[in-house]
Amino acid sequence: MDWAWVADHLDLIWRQTGRNAYLGLLAVAIGLLVSLPLGVACARFRWLYAPISAVATALYAVPSLAFFVVLLDYTGLRDRTIVIPLTVYTLSILVPAVVDGLSNVPENVRQSATAMGFAPTRRLLTVELPIAVPVVIAGLRVATVSSLSLVSIGSLLGDNFGGLGYFFTQGFQLPFPTEIWVGIVAVVTLALVADLVLVMVGRLLTPWIRRRKRRRITLLRRAKAGTAGT
Amino acid sequence: MKRTKRLLSVAAVAAVATVALTACGSSGSTAKSETSTPAASSTGSTFAGTVTVGSANFPENVLLANIYAEALKAKGIKVKTQLNIGSREVYYKLLESGSITVLPEYNGALLAYVDKSSTAKTKDDVDSALATKLPSGLQLLNPSAAEDKDSLNVTKANADKYGLASIADLSKVASQFTIGGPPEFNSRYIGTLQTLYGLTFKGFKPLDEAGSLTINALKGDEVQVADLFSTDSSIVTNNFVTLADPKTLFGAQNVTPLVYKAGIDSGVADVLNAVSAKLDTPTLVKLVSQVVNDKKDSDQVASDYLKSVGLS
Amino acid sequence: MKVFRDFWSWISTRSNWSGSDGIPQRLSEHIQYTLLALALAAAIGITLGLVTGHSRRGGLLVTGLSNAARALPTLGILYVLAAYKPFETTPVILVLAALALPPILVNTYTGVLQADQDAVDAARGMGMRPLQVLFKVEFPSALPLIWLGLRLAAFQVVSTATVAAYVALGGLGNFIRNGLATRDYPQVIGGAVVTVMLALLTLMIFTAGARLTVSPGIRARTR
Repeated sequence: MDWAWVADHLDLIWRQTGRNAYLGLLAVAIGLLVSLPLGVACARFRWLYAPISAVATALYAVPSLAFFVVLLDYTGLRDRTIVIPLTVYTLSILVPAVVDGLSNVPENVRQSATAMGFAPTRRLLTVELPIAVPVVIAGLRVATVSSLSLVSIGSLLGDNFGGLGYFFTQGFQLPFPTEIWVGIVAVVTLALVADLVLVMVGRLLTPWIRRRKRRRITLLRRAKAGTAGT
Repeated sequence: MKRTKRLLSVAAVAAVATVALTACGSSGSTAKSETSTPAASSTGSTFAGTVTVGSANFPENVLLANIYAEALKAKGIKVKTQLNIGSREVYYKLLESGSITVLPEYNGALLAYVDKSSTAKTKDDVDSALATKLPSGLQLLNPSAAEDKDSLNVTKANADKYGLASIADLSKVASQFTIGGPPEFNSRYIGTLQTLYGLTFKGFKPLDEAGSLTINALKGDEVQVADLFSTDSSIVTNNFVTLADPKTLFGAQNVTPLVYKAGIDSGVADVLNAVSAKLDTPTLVKLVSQVVNDKKDSDQVASDYLKSVGLS
Repeated sequence: MKVFRDFWSWISTRSNWSGSDGIPQRLSEHIQYTLLALALAAAIGITLGLVTGHSRRGGLLVTGLSNAARALPTLGILYVLAAYKPFETTPVILVLAALALPPILVNTYTGVLQADQDAVDAARGMGMRPLQVLFKVEFPSALPLIWLGLRLAAFQVVSTATVAAYVALGGLGNFIRNGLATRDYPQVIGGAVVTVMLALLTLMIFTAGARLTVSPGIRARTR
C-alpha cells in the first residue's frame, strides 16, 4: 500500500469523490422525482402496479455495462449516458418503496382526514406521504448506496465517467493495487456518509416516531418495575 | 410554524451535505486542470475552439494523449481530454463524428482497421494507403519515429521446449496452444494468422489491452501465446520471448496523431507535428515505464517530458 | 425494434452455440458462479439472520453489515482480489456473495422478528427448548421472507455476475464485453437479453420454491 501516493493525490481523490457523488445522487434525485408520482398512481390505481413493477424489474436485470453501451450511440460521451441507466435502476427500488409506504397508511387515518374535510391532494401531501416517509427513506437509502456504488462501472466507458471507478481501472491497468484500495475505501465511505445523512433526514422529518418510541419505552419500564416482584 | 422550521432544517442538512460532496462533481475531467486555462506563452495559438483529445484504453495511449494535450495547452490552446475510452472499434466512431478531435494512433493498426484487405506493411506504404482509405473528415498528421507494435510472445520455457523463435514456428504447437489478447484481437487478427501463417489455435481467450491480466495469463499458463505491446518493459522483466514476424502480420505501427479536420486548424497541427518529430521508440519505452512501473501520473510524465525537449 | 432484430440475428447464429465462447459454456459458467455465491451468502445470511432474529438482539449489526456490504463497489473488489489471485474463481464468488448477503440477512432477520409471538409463547409453554422453538416455529414463520430475500439476492447476482468477464473469468458478461470491444451490437444485445431472461427465470424459480415449501397457514398470514 503506497501511502505516499495517497498523500500526494488527495485532491484527485477528493475531486473524483465529488464526481462520483454528483453522478450517483443525481440519478437518485431524478429517480425519486419520477417514483413519487408513479408510486402514488400505482397506490391509487392498483392495476397499474403489476405492469410498472414488471418493467422496472426487467430493466433492473439489464447489466449496467450493456445499458451504457447501447446508450453510447444515442447519447454520446456525456454524463447522461451514465445517469440514465442509474436512474432507471433506482426505479425498481423507489417505486415499490413509495407504494409500500402509502399502503402502510392505516385506513382509519385516511378516513379521518377525509372526514375532517381534507381534499385528496391535501390528504396525500399532508397526511399520507408524511406517514410513508420511513418506508420511502428506507428505499432511498438502498437506492442511494447502490447508485453511488454502481457509478464506478461507468469507468469502463472512459476516465471521465466512473467517478471513483477511475481508480479501479487505473489500478487494474498498470497494475497498482493501492489505487484500487483507495477507490474502494472512498466509495464505501461516500455511500455510508450518504446513508447517514438520509437517516438524519428521516429522523428530522418524522419527529412523532421518536416521541412515540420514547413514550413506549417509558411505559415498558413502568410495567417492568410493576412486575418486578413476580 | 414548527413544521416549516423542521422542513427548513431538513433541507439545510441535505443541502449542505450535497453541496459539500458535489462541489467539483459536475465537471467531467480527471486531469489536474479541467477544461484548462491555457498557459501564458510566447507563441500563442489563434485557435479559438477546444480540442478534445481522446485515447484508447491502455496506459501508453493515455500517456500519448496527455503529451498531445499538454503540448497544446502550453501553446495556449484550450483542451478537453477523454481518456481510456475503449478499443478502436469504440472510439473510431466518436472521432468520425467529431466528438473527439485528436487521438494518438498507430498507422499500421489503423490501416488494418479501415481496410482489412490491405497488404501495405512499410511505413511509407501504410501512410499512402491510409491517405486514400481514411474518410474525408479525418486526417493523419506526420508520423513519428516511435513505434509500438503488437507482438506475439511466449514464455522462455515454452520457447526452449518447442524451439519457438518466430510466429511460423507456432505451427508445430498451435493446436495445443491457447492464444490470448484484447477482446478485439479475435476479430482483427485470428483470421489473418490463419491465412498468413496457416495457424489454427486451440482457442482464443479474451484478456485485456496487454495489461496485467494478459501478463498473468501468460505467466500462469492460462494462455501459451499472448499479444503484448512492444514498448512494454514487462516483456523483458518476465523473460518472455517475442516471436519474430517474418511475414509481417503486424506492419509498421508508428505513433501518429489522427485528427478530425474540422475540429482543428493548422496551428494545432503544427504543435502535434512538433511533438511527433521529437518522439522515438526508446523515449516512448522510457516514458511508458515511468507510468506503468514507477506509478507516476501520466499527465505529469507528459509535461515533464515536453519541458525536457523544449516543447512547453 | 432493432434490439429484437439484433438479438435474433445473434441467437440464431449456429456458431454462437458451440465452443469455449459459446452460449451454453458461458451460461453454465454464469449459473455456477450464481449458485456458489448464493450458497455462501445464504449460509452466512440465514444463520446470522436466524440467530439475531431469535435473540432479538443485533438489529444494529444486521443493518450495519447489510449497508456496508451494499456499499462495496463490485468492480473494485473484484479487481483488487483478482490482482492478488488472478484467474481463480474465488474472487468472483466472494464479490457476488457480498452482493447477495444484504437481502438474505435483512429478510431472514425481519422474518424471524415478525413470527407470530403467540405461537412462540405457546411453544415455550409446551416446553420446547430455544433451538426447537427456532426451528419448529420461528423458521417456518420466517420462510416467506427468507424466500423473498433469496429471490432478491439471486436476481441481483445473476444480473451482476456479468462482471466476471472483466477479469477474463467467463460468464454471460463476455458477450457484452467482447461485443463492446468489437462494436458487435448483436453480441452485446444477445448477452444482455440472455442475462435478463436468466434473471427473470430465477425469479420464477424462487417464487415457485416459496410456494412449495411455505405452509399454507403461513402463506395466508403474509398476504
